[in-house]
Formats: sequence, structure tokens, C-alpha cells
Amino acid sequence: MVRPGGLLPRSTVAVTTIIDPQTDRFGAFGGRYVPETLIKALDELVAAYAQALEDPAFQTELEALSADFVGRPTPLYHAKRLGKAAGHSDVWLKREDLNHTGAHKINNTIGQALLARRMGKRRIIAETGAGQHGVATATACALFDMECVVYMGEEDVGRQALNVYRMQLLGAEVRPVSSGTRTLKDATNEAIRDWVTNVASTHYIIGSVVGPDPFPRMVRDFQSIIGREARAQSLKRFGRLPASVVACVGGGSNAMGMFHAFVPDVEVELVGVEAGGSGIESGRHSASLVAGTPGVLHGSLSYLLQDSDGQVAPAHSVSAGLDYPGVGPEHSFLKDSGRARYTFVTDEQALRAFHTLSELEGIIPALETAHAIAHVIEEGAGVEGPILICLSGRGDKDVSHVAQVEGRGSLI
Amino acid sequence: MISSVLAARRNDGRAALIPYVTAGHPSADSTVPVLTALADAGADIIELGLPFSDPLADGPTIQRSSFTSLKNGTTVEGVLADLARFRAERDTPVVLFTYLNPLLRYGVDDFLTDAAKAGANGLLLTDLPFGADPQLEGAVAQSPLDFIRLVAPTTEADRIPEIAEGGSGFLYYISRTGVTGARTELRQDLAEEVEALRAHVGLPVAVGFGISTPEQAREVGAIADGVVVGSALVQILDEHGVEAGARFLAELRAALD
Repeated sequence: MVRPGGLLPRSTVAVTTIIDPQTDRFGAFGGRYVPETLIKALDELVAAYAQALEDPAFQTELEALSADFVGRPTPLYHAKRLGKAAGHSDVWLKREDLNHTGAHKINNTIGQALLARRMGKRRIIAETGAGQHGVATATACALFDMECVVYMGEEDVGRQALNVYRMQLLGAEVRPVSSGTRTLKDATNEAIRDWVTNVASTHYIIGSVVGPDPFPRMVRDFQSIIGREARAQSLKRFGRLPASVVACVGGGSNAMGMFHAFVPDVEVELVGVEAGGSGIESGRHSASLVAGTPGVLHGSLSYLLQDSDGQVAPAHSVSAGLDYPGVGPEHSFLKDSGRARYTFVTDEQALRAFHTLSELEGIIPALETAHAIAHVIEEGAGVEGPILICLSGRGDKDVSHVAQVEGRGSLI
Repeated sequence: MISSVLAARRNDGRAALIPYVTAGHPSADSTVPVLTALADAGADIIELGLPFSDPLADGPTIQRSSFTSLKNGTTVEGVLADLARFRAERDTPVVLFTYLNPLLRYGVDDFLTDAAKAGANGLLLTDLPFGADPQLEGAVAQSPLDFIRLVAPTTEADRIPEIAEGGSGFLYYISRTGVTGARTELRQDLAEEVEALRAHVGLPVAVGFGISTPEQAREVGAIADGVVVGSALVQILDEHGVEAGARFLAELRAALD
């Protein structure tokens, strides 16, 4: 079934949504565990988003920008040499790396910036890990002439220097965050603190399917264009649905965007690949779905890395974008319901895949994406039928960091 | 206990002084001495912060005290044990101030039972707004602990009676949008807002966030049933120790008397 109509799944919400309309949760997960000060802003956002979904002008503008500015639809590419390396003849890449700014993140930031404009909010804040969401937010703000402040952990400012400068070029202010673990988790805390303080003038563009309702479902909807395009392209290119759909999972926005259209297709296996860091046993990883337990962080109940006293445990990954101890609540639901399967690959496997895809296909993937590639290289041979990988972003931002990790010194 | 203390202060014709401190700060063994010093310096009710790794409703001062406390090895169990030791010495009511996740991990029902047993009188959860989790809110409401609920300047008027309905002890009015932390000036509209709030609810109203000087405490004390002072006190404890903290509290108390 090819889904008709606009970019937002208005016509498909009834088919694929798994939100309980009474509680805005995904099964037990999700919710709105936030300070009272934010409740009004979340209520306003829920209402504005519902109105936007019903407004053909909103959909038309988003569609036009997606085509002319972002460059959609992105291609589906038959990665034959990668397939050979994986022992599988039918591996396909959904090329989100070919979006403007080099990753899927812009699908969401354009949508949310349009929504902020409708709500009359001219100041935008965002958190970023690898910097891709920060760049995509800064880009949307330049496009719509909005003030933009991006919070980024000090550690990530160091390992993603190129993206910091890109955000500044685009007119954004990057505020380094030095509290806590100095990565994405603490950048998110700081963005929420800013939002609590400046809530009347400011919209917070969360970069993943995390946070309080309505963010997880709204970000999913804006990202769901990935899966809807890929599903239609699969039917057209290889005449059937893929057997397996694979995506990396940090907060989980590219995975959720890719999975969403396939959730009702029960014959399609959905696989989320988390960052195994130095290995699960080492305790240095970001695999919240594989090794975490349910808890509340950043406004929603979801799987979480935490210690025995309920303190959030530091995450680790070679990839800044996956270095997050939580995960989107809908993924927790897909895991517990058995609809999706979550696994992990280590830093080392991801780094190897980073090289493999570059050498075999002429595509340098983001380190985040390299986790999905690594999984298919390791386990793809066992899949009967086409494998579809979400190539969520390009790896230019990671080149310097990888060179450093591999002992070649700093390139910049 | 909390409401009787507030009623007694009202009869005295002054607002209650409600200091906030973070457990396990400034040092691992300072919780009991700090609580005792505050009680003796004139605290009417004490808010005791149970530290969380991701205190997203808190400003830099309380964030720092939370991180220090966690580095000092503070645990939920340890804080409840300290609280029980304090309770054996003093009657001053204590409200536990924390985030939801440590409770979820501990087990909500167990926590409510153990906290009451340790001598806690109330519970304030910064990230559990009214309506977020009816089952959990019901469990807190039915526990022996008073459920201290928050109202913000952004709270819609029609929400306020519902929030007050589910709360007990007192209603905590957040004096401004933003995180905890000292401010040099109070907002112009504060008196009007607190007056409107008190007209709508049966519970006493305490005001917090940003109150840092005796003058501000006096100003807020004139319009509210309780005055919460947190970051300013935590900073003094941090920089000058327990005695200085107690002296500061006595100054605040003198301003209210």
C-alpha cells in the first residue's frame, strides 16, 4: 500500500499510530514529566500542531520546502559492493545523507520552525550532540529569520569543531555546556532550563523523538517521510517490501522516521542498532534499549541507563550523536511489544564499517550511521529478502575525529 | 504537621520561613548538622533536596550542590537514615524535594513508606506536574506525606483549583518562570498573583524561586504564608559553612518577625 497525500501522515495516522489518545503515551512509555512552568507551552504546542496537521497550507509549504530546499525525495540506492561484503545480494541504502545539511535532521527542523512561526515565536533553542541537529536548526532559523541558540556539551564542542563553526556561519549562537557529563544529556538539560525561563518567546526544537509529549510523536511525524518514501521506493524498485529495515538508534529519530511507515507491515523486521561503545560488559556504552531499565529523563518515561539509586549513568560512544543515556519512548514501546528488535555494535565495529562503506561504495557515512552499516555487515547474510538501511547522515563531520581516534593526529 | 505549623505562624502574624538545602552538601556527613542548625536558627519547615544527576529545574547553585552531593556518595537510603537521626532530635517538619526517577528506582510505595517512617512530612516532585501520572499522584496523595504541588506564573487559571485539590500542606508558588536561583529583584506582579492565588485555594501559599535577601523575604512574607529560600542559602553553605548558613537564616527570620 503506497500512502497518498502530503508529507505529514494525516491520512495514515489512523493506520499506524500507537498513541493512546487518552494519555498521549506509547503503551506505558512517554508522558509529560516536566516542571509545571512548561505545561502551558506544551498545551499550546499540542493545539498548534493539531491545527497545522489540518491546514493544507502548512502541508503545502512544508512539501515545497522539502522538495526545493532540502532536496527530497532522497534516492534509494542499491549498494552492491556493500552487499557482497555482507554476504547478501540485496542491500539498499535510503540516502538521507543527501539531504541539505547532510543528514535526516533537517526534515524535523524545517517542520518545527514552520510551526514556531505559526505560533509567533521568533526565538529558537536546540540541543545538539554531533552537531547535525544544531546545524539543521541553525539552517532553518537562517531560512526563517529567527534567533537561534544551540546548547552543546563541551566534550562535543571539542570533537565536532567543524559543526560548531558551521552553526556560527549560519548565524546561530553556540553555548557550550560544562555541567554533568558535558555531552548531549546535559546540553538537553540546559536547553530545557532555557525553555523554562524564556517559555513565552521561545520554541524548543528538540532534535530527536524524545522529551515530553507532543515532541516524540511530532518529531516522528516530521521524520516519517523517510519511511514513507522508502516504502514506496521499495515497492517500485524491487517489487516487494524489504525483509529487514535497519537504522541506528541514539535518541532514535532516524530509526523512528524510517520504521513508522513499516510498523503495520508485520512481515517486515525492524532492527534498531544502538552504540555498544567498548562493549556492554564494559559499562561504557549507550545501549539504553539493550541494557537499560525504564526511568524518567527529559520529560518522558523510557528505557534509560541508570544506577541502582536512580541516578542517570553516563553514556559512552565514539559517535557524539549516539552518546545519550535515554531513548525515544516509542522505541521502548516497540521493544516491549516485540514489533522491533534492538541490538548493538561496538565503537570498533562502527569505525571499521565507516571505512568499509567509504571504500566499497564511495560514501563516507556518519559515525552514527556506521553502526547500522556494521550490523548489516555482521548479520546481513542471515536475512532472506532485501535489506533496507537508513543512511541517516554523511560523515564529513567525523573525518577529523576518526583520524584522531585512529592516531593520525588532528586535521584541523 | 505542616499545615498546623503554617496555621500557628499565621496566628503569630508572620509568614513561615522555609529554607531549602541539598542533602549530602557541602559534605557527606553534613546533612544532620545542617538540618539541626537550620531548625535552631528559626526554620519553620525545611525542604531537603534529594540530589538527582539531571536537575533540569535547578539553576547553577543547586546543580552544583547536587553534583557535589552525588560525588560525596549520597544515596536515597542514606538521606532517609540522616533524616531519621535528625527527627530523633528536632520536630521541625521536613519536605523532601526531588525528581521522580530516584523514587521510581527505589519503588514509589516503598519510598513513601520509608520516608514517612524516617520522619518526612511532605514530598515535592519538580517533574511530576498535576495530571502527568494519575496513578502515581494518587499513591503520593494517599501516603502519610503531604503532597506539595507547584503553581507557576504560566499556569492557566482553570488548572489551579485542580492542582490545589490534589495537594496538601501548602501550595508552592514559583515566583517567576525559570529555574531555581538567586535574583536581585522580585517581579512587579508577584503580590497581585499571590493574592489571586490565595483567593482561589484553601491551602496556605508559600513562594519560592529567587528569594535571596532578608528584604526580599520580608516583602514576600507580607503577601504569602511561607517564604522559601534555597540557592542563596546553599551558596553560603558552600562557601562559608554551616555556621554562616545558620546566621543567614537567623537574619531572614528576623526580617520576618
